[in-house]
Amino acid sequence: MIDFRLTETDKAHLGRTRAEGVICRQYAREFDENESEMIPDVLPEADQFFKDYPELPEVGDDDTQGVVMMLLQCMGQNWGDYSVRLRRSMRGGLGNAALAAAGTEEQKAKFGEMLLSMAITEPGCGSDPSRVSTTAVLDEDTNEWIINGEKIFVTTGIRATGVVMWATIDKAAGRAGIKSFLVEKGTPGFNVPHKEKKLGIRADDTAAYVFTDCRIPRENLLGLDESIPKASSGGFRGVMKTFNMTRPLTAAMGLGIAEAAIDFTRDELEEAGITIDYTAGPGGLGRLSAAAEKFMRLEALFDASKLTTLQCGWLAGKGLPNNLESSICKAHAGSAVRQITQGCIEILGSVGISRELLLEKWMRDSRITDIYEGTGEIQRLIIARGLLDYTRHDLK
Amino acid sequence: MISFGMTEDQELVGDAMREFAAEAMRPIARECDESAEIPADFLDTVWSLGLTSTQIPESFGGAGEERSPVTNVILLEELAHGDAALAMAALAPSLFANAVLDHGTDEQKAAILPLFCGESFATGALAMNEPASLSDAARPRTTAEQKGESFILSGRKTFVVFGDRASHFLVTAQLGDDVAVFIVPRDAAGLTVGDVERKMGLHALTTTGLELERVEVGPEALLGGAEGADVQQIIDSSRAGLSAVMLGVSRAVLEYCVPYTKDRVAFDEPISKKQSIAFRLAEMQIEVQALRQLVWQAASFLEHGEDATKAAWQARSYAAEKSMWIADNGVQVLGGHGFIREHPVEMWFRNARTLGVLEGMVAL
Repeated sequence: MIDFRLTETDKAHLGRTRAEGVICRQYAREFDENESEMIPDVLPEADQFFKDYPELPEVGDDDTQGVVMMLLQCMGQNWGDYSVRLRRSMRGGLGNAALAAAGTEEQKAKFGEMLLSMAITEPGCGSDPSRVSTTAVLDEDTNEWIINGEKIFVTTGIRATGVVMWATIDKAAGRAGIKSFLVEKGTPGFNVPHKEKKLGIRADDTAAYVFTDCRIPRENLLGLDESIPKASSGGFRGVMKTFNMTRPLTAAMGLGIAEAAIDFTRDELEEAGITIDYTAGPGGLGRLSAAAEKFMRLEALFDASKLTTLQCGWLAGKGLPNNLESSICKAHAGSAVRQITQGCIEILGSVGISRELLLEKWMRDSRITDIYEGTGEIQRLIIARGLLDYTRHDLK
Repeated sequence: MISFGMTEDQELVGDAMREFAAEAMRPIARECDESAEIPADFLDTVWSLGLTSTQIPESFGGAGEERSPVTNVILLEELAHGDAALAMAALAPSLFANAVLDHGTDEQKAAILPLFCGESFATGALAMNEPASLSDAARPRTTAEQKGESFILSGRKTFVVFGDRASHFLVTAQLGDDVAVFIVPRDAAGLTVGDVERKMGLHALTTTGLELERVEVGPEALLGGAEGADVQQIIDSSRAGLSAVMLGVSRAVLEYCVPYTKDRVAFDEPISKKQSIAFRLAEMQIEVQALRQLVWQAASFLEHGEDATKAAWQARSYAAEKSMWIADNGVQVLGGHGFIREHPVEMWFRNARTLGVLEGMVAL
């Protein structure tokens, strides 16, 4: 049954996430201004945090409520602050999602407890991962892969204790030759030269990785499938499956920040005595101030984006295909959070750009939403191909 | 508990309505728009589907099936995908009947509802819009003065759906500090039904004006009796309903553009292979999907008796903006053909703008 009401338990749960968010938010400005510092793994207030977070639900296990709550909770955490979040509740990095989706039981047992980053992007390849140029060459004598190449923009790249990284085992095979590998930090030849300097999410440890003749065991190939599919891109599609939960999660992260801007702006409007009145329909707009009307539209945009993201997660929880919906919610949220955070600053005027407040930070922090995990343009390409029944060769 | 899953019934209703819209509505939509008329046999066919009577309780002559605003938005999206004007005509009797069902006294229900359970198409009409710039449904300029036990209604209304054939009107009017609704029979003294109105879109859906010149009605005419009626709920329901219609129109535009752009060749390839076109289609798809969630949210709140005013505002406002954007870009994607009446897109463009400014036109 279609239903958009939260249960009392869910509301209480999300209330606690928000309360933690308020605590985390106290540190938001400090770590934004001091981007070279690492956020401590445990904040001084950590013992006040709610401990009993539900486990990451298994996708496809008909756990729609678990997935929906996970997305709402993710929004709640990011409503507090994007970077300063309770470490204990970190359910792993992007690499952990890839491991869960494609790893063998042995690999899950061996690497499951690690914080795994995901390294795809290279200096010469961004939204088109099939251009990956990092190589993995099998040394039959030692049963090891030898990895060479450079990765950038690796999320949680400093704190991660391991990485799922993409490399090609056969450049001539194009996309079909790309495989995922598990590499532990400390492996000789795996270096982390620096933390990237960014527009937003400055406190986040985004890193660059360099692999120089880095040798890893043969069994570290994620999923252990060394074959190179000939005609089809089935193997590549397996790799891309990772995105079905990460795209809605990425959308949720940006939307949490946008919601912070919405809530702050609503409070400021209220303080200024500006009425927000949902009885005013077409023709009734004369009753609303320009600020109120703009705000109400931005909030509608927010709700549309949030619900679209939850619907995508709900499908995953049902075990239903959500490829198209993943791209739709990510594209929608990417654009919505830009409009919302920029629009809230416009509504509040010059105070919005002050670094005494967090609004300008929220605008910078949320800007990444339309870029990482596939830019808005890539999502639109995917959506258009789906609509038109085109392959990537038909529509580039 | 948040869920996006349709019930089996809702899936069946959606499928049946999609089929009905494709077979019985889309093929006659253009002709109805050009002639500004709906064939009588269409209304008879719709009547036989029982869209209104099935949801009226058995005690008032209906089939007593559960009424679900969520099912009704699913149904409206599909019907409007066929044609918005015909969809709203099909649901017009419900606009009147549901308001009486939700807000009327037992006596009012007993007197009115059986009219909608007969063998042939019958309708009442909701008179909410007024012929003035900045007309605001929540604050009508039509007034009601108390005179002893009776009320005197004065004012003008416009865009009254099926004003030409309604047996009764529900008239909103300012009564002191509140907005009240009155059941006014067509033959009430002082009530003049205007000519069928000419408007930019929804040509086939006949609407009229109403003039109320000191129309006197008894206490039995006040919807809900002394307790009155929750007018905002009627407005919310209509806003959610209209947003579902706009969703259907938006999807119609998108689904028309997809095959068109694949067939239309320019510079040696289908224009669908150009990113500037393909991205527009993707944007339409994104907004159709997002809009549907807002429509469902508003309907879900209405269904469970939650305060739906904000959700309905959001759905209507978003629908008005996005359906207009989609229809506007539909015209652009078709280029010159978008401007020609051989294709339905110019009609959807006119309908989108029309739907986006109306209130009290369709109910859940």
